[in-house]
Amino acid sequence: MKVLLRNPRREVTLAGNRRVKEILRELEILPETVLVIRGDDLVTADQVVRDDETIELRPVMSGGRA
Amino acid sequence: MKCRRCGGAATLELRRHNAAFCADDFVEFFRNQVREAIRRHRMFTRDERVLVAVSGGKDSLALWDVLLDEGYDTTGLYLDLGIFEYSVESRAKCEAFASRRGVPLLVRRVADEVGAPVPVIKLVTRRPPCSGCGLSKRYLMNQTALDHGLPVVATGHNLDDEAATLFGSVMHWRTEALPRQSPALASTHPKLVRRVKPLYRLSERETAAYAFLRRIDYIVDECPFAAGATSIAHKEILNRMEDASPGAKHNFLFGFLEKARPAFERAEGPALQECARCGQVTTSTVCAFCKLADQVKRASASADAPGAH
Repeated sequence: MKVLLRNPRREVTLAGNRRVKEILRELEILPETVLVIRGDDLVTADQVVRDDETIELRPVMSGGRA
Repeated sequence: MKCRRCGGAATLELRRHNAAFCADDFVEFFRNQVREAIRRHRMFTRDERVLVAVSGGKDSLALWDVLLDEGYDTTGLYLDLGIFEYSVESRAKCEAFASRRGVPLLVRRVADEVGAPVPVIKLVTRRPPCSGCGLSKRYLMNQTALDHGLPVVATGHNLDDEAATLFGSVMHWRTEALPRQSPALASTHPKLVRRVKPLYRLSERETAAYAFLRRIDYIVDECPFAAGATSIAHKEILNRMEDASPGAKHNFLFGFLEKARPAFERAEGPALQECARCGQVTTSTVCAFCKLADQVKRASASADAPGAH
């Protein structure tokens, strides 16, 4: 599967069908810090992403405001 | 995972609430949280016009979206910070949103008001960019609201923003900052408008999810000056705590608001007066904004002086 990441923008390829929670653990990303997007939908941690699919892990953090 | 409300397939899990929701029920949950914030803190009424400060990011556009759907009379305010392509893109997002919803958007440029854009202010002051930026934003929001006769400014600060600010204040025991940390700050002077944060009950991930599900086109890339900001480091620490113990950020902020904040409130706030130069409210003779503008002017003059290059 393809995993799109930001800050900086990059693409990671992982093999096999995986649950979202396993993908996040492997990439060392806290679930609280991203939206997991597949197409036009959000995906919960228990769902499986198939080997031929693409997901985006969109960071939710904004800040620096005083 | 099933939606807590309808039992259908869930699209978002909220561990701190030990719940999951489908898209429609999450949007309703989100709106309910905003309604509760407005009601609990009497932020504004349906008879008042609200100035919504928008940055083009997920939080402020989500806020504006909810307030419009709730039928509030709102005007947007975009402050152009002059931060290269980031400001060009974020302004375009705000203008597109306002145009799509058919609502008024005011635009002011920091460079016109201070004398230089945020990147130059950063160089002149030799302080973190968020410092001059935040000062300018607070000043211009208040001034714009006053100029247009709007009694209240609403900003998109979320639960994570508020918890990170509280964490920073506590880490340095800035006790003078603690009473000011509130979802709603009343007007304490005729030239100070009310300031409210209707998203304070919602986490950053929840506002991002709302913006995504509502198909709001927001700027995803972060401000280039945010990298390395102290508030970001504090958010990362709090997110690790949240991962280990869901609800940690909520408990930290809400515990403070309910139990600790009253202990830091003083009978009398700082003595307020009007700035001798611009007439805006300050605690000293000349306000911090005018001092900043002076500093920028002096730096520009010395850069233009013969032999300066």
